[in-house]
Amino acid sequence: MSTKAVTDTVVPASNSNSIKVLFFARLREKMGFSEVNFALSQAVTVADLQVLLGEQYPHFFDLPQPILVAVNQEFAGPEQLIAIGDEVAFFPPVTGG
Amino acid sequence: MSVFNVPVDIEVFEEPFSQSDLNARYAKLNLVHGSVGAVVTFLGQVRASGDKTDVTGLVLEHYPGMTERVLRQHVETASSRWPLLGVVLVHRVGAMALGENIVGVIVASAHRQAAFDAVQYLMDFLKHDAPFWKQEVTEKGTDWVEQKQTDVDKIGKW
Repeated sequence: MSTKAVTDTVVPASNSNSIKVLFFARLREKMGFSEVNFALSQAVTVADLQVLLGEQYPHFFDLPQPILVAVNQEFAGPEQLIAIGDEVAFFPPVTGG
Repeated sequence: MSVFNVPVDIEVFEEPFSQSDLNARYAKLNLVHGSVGAVVTFLGQVRASGDKTDVTGLVLEHYPGMTERVLRQHVETASSRWPLLGVVLVHRVGAMALGENIVGVIVASAHRQAAFDAVQYLMDFLKHDAPFWKQEVTEKGTDWVEQKQTDVDKIGKW
């Protein structure tokens, strides 16, 4: 994905330093949106991103726990590094089946 | 492209499906004639009593892309763990009515135990970490279903 961003000349400037952040289910409802492009000046950990999101969106700290995190559609822990262009999702425990 | 050594059909979609639809998918796997000794089918359906009583329907949300990825990973693990010959795994999302099928699984193997175990394994892991979220619809409104500790605990036995 990052390789594509480098070679793709039509990537909008506004996305060139951002990650995609997604919220699902109850968390989506509480945040009031399902997706946002979030600007990053450097690679951060999942835990760092949670602090940054809370600073920008005070609702974020009120979200019901526990919260699961996925980076690029794989489950991730708090120490996982996030790079520009990544997709990071926050969601509650799952209830399919 | 496929990392599977057995034919599989995994799909997440909105449309209702019947047991015949599920069987038709199984038929399309085209398993070698005479190789299969056991076929186990599981259907999960919308019931009236869950977290709430008098449930009239469900609305399911999912994480497109990750859902399919997680399901494929679990099918892959199951097929490395048991000598499976074919797997069908489908799951609905969106709005569904009482009695409708939500999830369908068919596992074929040479032997019964492997087929039963793999179906249980797939359902236990699907309920543990496949990114689906269920809302129950009642006369009073719509409420998110809570994950059950009993579903989390089932993972321990595998």
